[in-house]
Amino acid sequence: MPPEATITLAAGRDGAEASELHALEAGLDSLQTARDAAPSRARRFARATVPTTVFVLVALIGWQLYTAIAHPRPDLYPGPADVVSALASAASSGHLATAIGTSLGRGGLGFLMAVLIATPLGLLLAEVRWLRRAVGPILSGLQVLPSVAWVPAAIIWFGLTDAAVYFVVLLGAVPSIINGLLAGIDQVPPQLRRVGVVLGASRSQLQLRILFPAALPGYVAGLRQGWAFAWRSLMAAEIIANSLGFGLGTMLEQSRELADLPTVLATILTILVVGIVVELCVFAPVERSLLRRRGLTGATR
Amino acid sequence: MADLDRTAVALTGVSKRFGAHAPVVLDDVDLRIGDGEFVCLLGASGCGKSTILNLVAGLEEPTTGAIAVPSGPVAMMFQDAALLPWLTARRNVELALDLAGTPRDGRRARVDELLELVSLSHAADRRPHQLSGGMRQRVALARALAQDRHVLLMDEPFAAVDAITRDLLHVELERIWRQTGRTILFVTHNVREALRLGQRIVLLSSRPGTVAAEWEVPAEVRAGADPVEAARLDDEITRRLREELIRNAA
Repeated sequence: MPPEATITLAAGRDGAEASELHALEAGLDSLQTARDAAPSRARRFARATVPTTVFVLVALIGWQLYTAIAHPRPDLYPGPADVVSALASAASSGHLATAIGTSLGRGGLGFLMAVLIATPLGLLLAEVRWLRRAVGPILSGLQVLPSVAWVPAAIIWFGLTDAAVYFVVLLGAVPSIINGLLAGIDQVPPQLRRVGVVLGASRSQLQLRILFPAALPGYVAGLRQGWAFAWRSLMAAEIIANSLGFGLGTMLEQSRELADLPTVLATILTILVVGIVVELCVFAPVERSLLRRRGLTGATR
Repeated sequence: MADLDRTAVALTGVSKRFGAHAPVVLDDVDLRIGDGEFVCLLGASGCGKSTILNLVAGLEEPTTGAIAVPSGPVAMMFQDAALLPWLTARRNVELALDLAGTPRDGRRARVDELLELVSLSHAADRRPHQLSGGMRQRVALARALAQDRHVLLMDEPFAAVDAITRDLLHVELERIWRQTGRTILFVTHNVREALRLGQRIVLLSSRPGTVAAEWEVPAEVRAGADPVEAARLDDEITRRLREELIRNAA
């Protein structure tokens, strides 16, 4: 762009000036921006799954070879084939589906309740400074306390009811979600708050239209951790209070009582897989699209 | 139409310190800006230029003195565009209309108009990270104009963009100023930029900030039609600015 272009512009007539300015700016704009091309869906899927799949397959083959060659005691060291057949029989008897259904239902409902409780509480704490100073350290402490520790108290208070299970799940998930939301709000650039004030946002508009959306990445990270804590707490509660319904934790504990190691391993595997599936199908896509929309794609996992 | 006899912004005896024992940032500042006037506040870093804008915008309260803005709340543009990163250019501009209470029906057309005004119709659906620095500033300008306030405060809005883009933004801003008749208070530390844009240049001294000198800039100088006078003013203002810096070294 020759420098004299702008000088003639400034001296020119209004109409011609405006249209030439438009053209100049459009040219500069297209030079200074690059449309970002997202990698294709299939490619991304392959990049995310192939290495893990290969690793798991190799581990399984190694395990099977070990049992085939060394012939360890099958009740103590079952091979993958035994675990698979235990899984198949649990599936065909309908136990597996019942257990997954019960646990996932409890986990989902408990998590949903945790979200409904933690979100307004987090927003309140972010807004009311003295409350946050009072409650904040306790919340961080609760996050460290394993929520299994609440199981005995929950059983005494609520008896062997679903309420006891939900109580433990809530104590696992709520602090994580609140802390995630608070961390997210703390990281909102102060400039955005000022923009909100200048644009004439009321206190509630500032919170709901500017601070909360700005804090979404932290909030989603909190939700993710909250789910992990809820799922763990639920398994612990089901193992301890195992006469209550038939969840995956119950199945695990009952198989132990029968000394049925292949089913124990199959159940552990199922608990793990359910956790991974929820992570991959719910949280990972939400987080990815959130970050991509904000141009933070370098942070994808 | 502009009426310089009517006051758009008036600061009388304004002082500011952040905390009882903190140093005085602004000391007894008197400044009057006429209706429709384009004033550049010039000064080195730390002279309280931005503080004046924050006071006028009501983001901070003066320690002593009074600030009057008869036309009511003001619009403001920051050095970084401060766009909401999760909204497209269009939605960023629309938010200003929304928060100002404009009904949904009228918003769309108004946003299109504003984006057209800053030559960004082609990028309306892109998000801030897909825009260049100059484009982001133009979106911020459109957003500030969407507020439809009579007074527009600009806090070094073009300091972070490259020279070619800044040149274009100057032309753009001047055109919009002439078209809309806004009163603009523009903070900068760049003498040439101040001479290019301001009808009047107010030099602030540093620590504490007070009004040190003022210049009227003739229209020919701003339009680039009188390079001799422009060079003379540039020289004079730069010299005064340096004197202020030297005073602080002592």
